[in-house]
Amino acid sequence: MTGLEVSDAHVRLGDKQVLAGVSATFRPGEITTIAGPNGAGKSTLLTALAGLRHPDRGRVLIGNEDIFGLAPRARARRIAYLPQLPEIAWAVDVRTLVGLGRIPHVGARGLGADDDAAVTRAMASAGIESFADRDVTTLSGGERARVLLARALAGEPQWLLADEPLTGLDPGYQLEVAALFRKLAADQGCGVVITLHDLHMALRISDRVVVLAEGRVLADGPPATALAPDILAEAYGVETRAWDGEAGRVIEIIGRRAAP
Amino acid sequence: MKTCPRPLLLALLTAGLALLVVVSLSAGKVWVPLEAWFAGANDPGAIIIFELRLPRTLLGIAVGIALGLSGAALQGYTRNPLADPGVLGVSSMAAFGAVMTLYAGAAATMPWMLPVGAMIGALIGIGVLLLLSGSASSVLTFVLAGMILNTVSSAGVALALNLSPSPWAVNEIVNWLMGSLADRSVDDVRLALPFIAAGCVLLLTIGRALDALTLGEAGARSLGIRIDHTRLALAVGVGLAAGASVAVTGVIGFVGLVTPHLLRPLVGARPGALLLPSALAGAVIVLAADIGVRLLPSAAELKLGVAMAGIGGPFFLLLLIRLRRRTA
Repeated sequence: MTGLEVSDAHVRLGDKQVLAGVSATFRPGEITTIAGPNGAGKSTLLTALAGLRHPDRGRVLIGNEDIFGLAPRARARRIAYLPQLPEIAWAVDVRTLVGLGRIPHVGARGLGADDDAAVTRAMASAGIESFADRDVTTLSGGERARVLLARALAGEPQWLLADEPLTGLDPGYQLEVAALFRKLAADQGCGVVITLHDLHMALRISDRVVVLAEGRVLADGPPATALAPDILAEAYGVETRAWDGEAGRVIEIIGRRAAP
Repeated sequence: MKTCPRPLLLALLTAGLALLVVVSLSAGKVWVPLEAWFAGANDPGAIIIFELRLPRTLLGIAVGIALGLSGAALQGYTRNPLADPGVLGVSSMAAFGAVMTLYAGAAATMPWMLPVGAMIGALIGIGVLLLLSGSASSVLTFVLAGMILNTVSSAGVALALNLSPSPWAVNEIVNWLMGSLADRSVDDVRLALPFIAAGCVLLLTIGRALDALTLGEAGARSLGIRIDHTRLALAVGVGLAAGASVAVTGVIGFVGLVTPHLLRPLVGARPGALLLPSALAGAVIVLAADIGVRLLPSAAELKLGVAMAGIGGPFFLLLLIRLRRRTA
């Protein structure tokens, strides 16, 4: 199986060293969460993994190929990327918006039967067929998030990279979207890489967690290990306690850790 | 609003355009009956049609297509329903470029200098616009950048008028600035058409990139769109199409603003699907307005640019009010 691998990535934005030598390998069929405090470089790492930002130093490999050596269209067929706070500029209908996900695949003739079938499948797996004809600007936050997810799935990518995909969703939708990630990873062997702020969700839905702090990898491993209290204390400066609840392990945030 | 099936929409626009072409060739101070078309080269009716009205009609179509398409492409790229070569100052920069060649007297001896000047002006205008505001800017940045360009270019034109060597040159510049299709010759058509055609072909190639930009710049790039290529095609396309249009007809504003806006609900708002219908509808609007000014019973013919500003100004206001209501 081919992984997505970043090695020794450095990115500087203005006078801030956002990534200072990040190395990690992401595996297909897994959900990997990138966690870390604000400004730790999570989003920047995700755009580098998506092949959208060339690191100043270091490499990103997809199945042993340099991601920046791929033609943009070829790259887009393999990797779907959902930015944080995605923009929808025009009042198109839901089906048209999901169809945009086929752009890397379509030839000069426009959307064909294959593309239509892929769009229909993506809408079915995101559970949005019931409002296929609605104008996207009239959707609620939860509906909108699922439509954008369907847009990413329509391209039938090998990798789904999503920046804060659960932010702004109520707990019900969060679990629904997380279940969709799980289905993608399990059924299609898709590699799912997401960034999250919610430690509970990270613990609950990830196969692996990579914790970033100040542009470096602080921890990389199974959720319970990577999100252990000592690591959280160092990354976020908070005191936590972990215990077993009814639906798995729970992280309780006790308070801000006193400055050392 | 219900969307209209694309073949039907295109067929309706084409039929409307064909009808207007026939009217445009017949209508005016002198009505030329259809028989005159076949009356032979020496018939006065045939002379009116082929020498006066045919160039005028062809230019009307070409300029309408150029402006409608430029407007649709600019709105799609900037994701801003207020974008238009006129509002964003591209047209007035083209006019500035053209006026400089008139002022220098170069246009009198070398007629090709005027469109070249206009296109250089338009290219500089759109280049500055894209530089000032990037591609992911708010409505406000764009309109402000356009305002700066409009101010600079009108100051330049005023300067040229101010320093003009003769009243005759002033007269020529002012007349030309107002924008009109009247008294254009086959030479004007020959001068403008290749550039307008090249610009339009270029603009028609960026439809898919404009669709992808519905998801913002990051979204479009993640779909494999080369934004740098799109931006270049847009700049050169609008520069050529709008620049060459201004070169032969002066400034005709608001066509690029109004046309895509009217059609957007009919095509389901997808920016790529808006390009071709906007081009056709631009031609329909310009031709209809030109027939209108010809038929107005006024002593001196109303200039087309003035008429369009008269219609477009209130439309722009209405658009702003509606935008405000939506964002309020």
